[in-house]
Amino acid sequence: MTRKEFIYFILRNKKFVFSFCVLTFLAVLATFGPMLTPYDPLEFASFPYQPPNRDHWLGTNTFGQDLFTQLVYGLRSSLLVGLLGGGLATFIGLSIGFAAGYKGGWLDEFLMMLSNILMVLPTLALLIIIAAYLPYRGVAIQSVIIGFTAWPWTARAVRAQTMTLKTREFVDLARITGCNNLKIIWQEIMPNMMSYVFMVFILQFGGAILAATGLDFIGLGPTRGISLGIMMQQATLWSAIQLGMWWWAITPGAVITLIVASLYIMNTGLDEIFNPRLREL
Amino acid sequence: MSDVVLKVKSLKVYYSTLHGNVKAVDDVDFEIVRKEVLGIAGESGCGKSTLGNALILLKPPMRYHGGEAIMDEKNLMTLPKKEMRKVRYRKISIIPQYAMDALNPTKKIREIMQDLLKEHGENLEKKLDIVDERLQIVNLPKAVLNMYPVELSGGMKQRVVMVISTLLNPDLLIADEITSALDVSSQKAVVQMLHRMKEERIVGSIAFVTHDLAVLYQIAQRIMIMYAGKVAEISPTEKIVNQPLHPYTKMLMASLPKMGVRYNEIKLKGISGYPPNLLNIGPGCRFMGRCPFAFELCTKDPPLFDIDGRKVACWIYRSEGDEI
Amino acid sequence: MVGGVKIIKGVKILQKYLTRKIVVYLLTFFFAVTIDWAIPRFMPGNPINVLVSRFAALPESIKVMQSYFTQAFGLDRPLLEQYTSFWKALFRGDLGISIYLYPQPVLKVILEALPYTIAVLLPAIFVSFMVGNRLGAFVARKKRLDNTALPIFYTLTASPYFWFGILLAWFFGVVLKWFPIAGAYSYLLRRSFSWTFIKSFLYHWILPFSSLVLVMLGGWAIGMRNMIIYELEANYSRYLESCGASQKLIRKYSYRNAILPQVTGLAIQLGTAVAGTLTTEIVFSYPGIGYILMQGILNQDYFLIQGCFLFIVIGVLLANFIVDLFYLILDPRIRKTYTGEV
Repeated sequence: MTRKEFIYFILRNKKFVFSFCVLTFLAVLATFGPMLTPYDPLEFASFPYQPPNRDHWLGTNTFGQDLFTQLVYGLRSSLLVGLLGGGLATFIGLSIGFAAGYKGGWLDEFLMMLSNILMVLPTLALLIIIAAYLPYRGVAIQSVIIGFTAWPWTARAVRAQTMTLKTREFVDLARITGCNNLKIIWQEIMPNMMSYVFMVFILQFGGAILAATGLDFIGLGPTRGISLGIMMQQATLWSAIQLGMWWWAITPGAVITLIVASLYIMNTGLDEIFNPRLREL
Repeated sequence: MSDVVLKVKSLKVYYSTLHGNVKAVDDVDFEIVRKEVLGIAGESGCGKSTLGNALILLKPPMRYHGGEAIMDEKNLMTLPKKEMRKVRYRKISIIPQYAMDALNPTKKIREIMQDLLKEHGENLEKKLDIVDERLQIVNLPKAVLNMYPVELSGGMKQRVVMVISTLLNPDLLIADEITSALDVSSQKAVVQMLHRMKEERIVGSIAFVTHDLAVLYQIAQRIMIMYAGKVAEISPTEKIVNQPLHPYTKMLMASLPKMGVRYNEIKLKGISGYPPNLLNIGPGCRFMGRCPFAFELCTKDPPLFDIDGRKVACWIYRSEGDEI
Repeated sequence: MVGGVKIIKGVKILQKYLTRKIVVYLLTFFFAVTIDWAIPRFMPGNPINVLVSRFAALPESIKVMQSYFTQAFGLDRPLLEQYTSFWKALFRGDLGISIYLYPQPVLKVILEALPYTIAVLLPAIFVSFMVGNRLGAFVARKKRLDNTALPIFYTLTASPYFWFGILLAWFFGVVLKWFPIAGAYSYLLRRSFSWTFIKSFLYHWILPFSSLVLVMLGGWAIGMRNMIIYELEANYSRYLESCGASQKLIRKYSYRNAILPQVTGLAIQLGTAVAGTLTTEIVFSYPGIGYILMQGILNQDYFLIQGCFLFIVIGVLLANFIVDLFYLILDPRIRKTYTGEV
């Protein structure tokens, strides 16, 4: 695919364009949003129980905290978890997939057994048991434990691809000319999988955000600060919907859904761009 | 009833791409008569497979751009979907190039046959004797009926497809590159099986698509040579081999390896140059660029000239009275 | 003779496939128990001290600390011995004492909650799998329909389970007031097999159940849609079409093939589905494992958290095994040509 064709297909793909716009908007909101608001997410801002109005765009909660402020700060930490956790999971998945697929033998057996185990082990349960015992939790630690538990399916897929690429002529050629393994993986195998790796990262990004939100919601979120999941946890604990405060309970989840749906749609769009067979004719 | 099974007239089938149309089948004329095996040959990319597939299943990215393919007084190209569905299998059937994975891996052979027959209002139970007979022709045991495709070898799968495709005794069978993936002895066996199916009236006529002229020599009565989406020549097999008309056919025959000739003595003559790119190709003879006999007339599309019942698309064969 | 040999070969293949699977499950269980044992002991911040201080706040704390801790943790003994006695306690069904519901044993608390979780989880998985796959297959390669249905599916599968629960609870419970949004049955009733109780139970069950079904359904539908598109492009579909088969038959064949990876997907998704159920229970104050797990977390009831963890793992492993057996029935390729890749 030439560069021109690639750009043409990207711009023509509504799924990609739509999701790209949404995600860009949210990223901008997370970056500059905190500057738009005079409040602190955890401080008392105004009267409690206010529905959305001109001063408080998304209303206030039981404690009189401004929900727009909470939302933009929470969005920041959600995107950060997605980036770090998803990035780490992709990285680990790639490394293990390359190692298993390229080296084969007992290393392959061992790594695949490990991935099998982590795959059947329910990740959230594992996260809960680890997070429950951590005296201090922050976005970084959350990302790390998500990253270390979410890699198996990526590793398996990368391994399968590596095994087919390994037998191609250009890899043989590199091997004959004495390139070392790391160089072969980095220069010969990796570039042939770039589109795939990018799509994997998108899925991992969405998965990490969902996992973190789940953890936050059951009370294992960051011990300090705010996140979209914590907003919903508090809303549930303080019976927001029973009190009719939909703006407290529903908005944060809607944002999460928007992020993750956009990521999934972007993934499908990219799939159509890279695989001509899937394009609608 | 006429003797012509299929009459194709100025048929155009293109592939639409981002950059324009790839004219894979461009203004093609020919006919297939009853009980005939017509070989359709040419280099890869000359449009022969597109032609074979378009006749039975015209779907994107293939696009119909005009012309006719008449069978039983109906133009297959413009037939409504429902009617075309009835024509397929019963009137015209195909052994596809991908025969080795044409069978659903999770269905037993028997189920596939049963479902297909049911779609055409038939019943496998009533046809078991016929199925038996046909399996014998292709040299397969009856037990394959209860097997899954994964249990069969590639060659066996292809032979199963041969049986399935011909269950309703089609008037015309398209055999698309069925020998290409086989070794020489299997090629011979498959050709013999196909020949026997024709002799026993299981199939009416056969359009045998291949790049392998040696195989065609064994089975075809007439051969149609295609070049770059167009018909170059249609002649009886003997004539094609011994007295080719079109410059391309001549060079093709000269390039074939012959028995008893050692190549360090006589150099094998290839055809220099490459076929033209079929994307947005303009008028003019498409072989012009490689043709040693090209002259000024060749910038125009040559029509098919009739020479003693043979057809050839080359200006060399124009007669004095022809309008240009 | 040939047939006999084949059957024996088939049985051996089956054995190999199942053995491999079972080995993975046993290893996973072993791994999970080891984590369960190791985390309180090796986590930074000395969680056991936290535990002890938690117990100190209870009445009769000294007695509890003396009798229980030395037994359960055996901190003064060598690590290996601690580890083996942990396993022994596990096989006796001794998961410790709950702090939150002191002095009930954790096992009893969990067994009480388990039926509620199963009652929403299993039907939800089953219904969403059946309906989601059908829907996905139905919309695939139908331009208009696909373009409307796909965004809906994506929204469903992208939403956090508990958020969707909140949404339903708000709309059907608070705005329309059609369904109750807390508890598993009316507070006025006691558990019994009376008609009134069952009615009340179903009435409370419907919202959490529907919430789970809808979120899970999106994923199945998208997966199936994508699989069907691939299958419809496959050569065997083209051959069927060339043989004049109807779209109905071609789609039926595609569905048959596409459902296989979906069953594998079911096994992979089980963990997520369980996690989703846990959080959904919290939204509806539904007294299943998720609800007590949340209580455990809020009250720092570590024995309860660990017990829940083990039960979730065991449940998921069992379910995985059932899916494997099911897959075996569905796919002739495994039965006929299994060669070692799980």
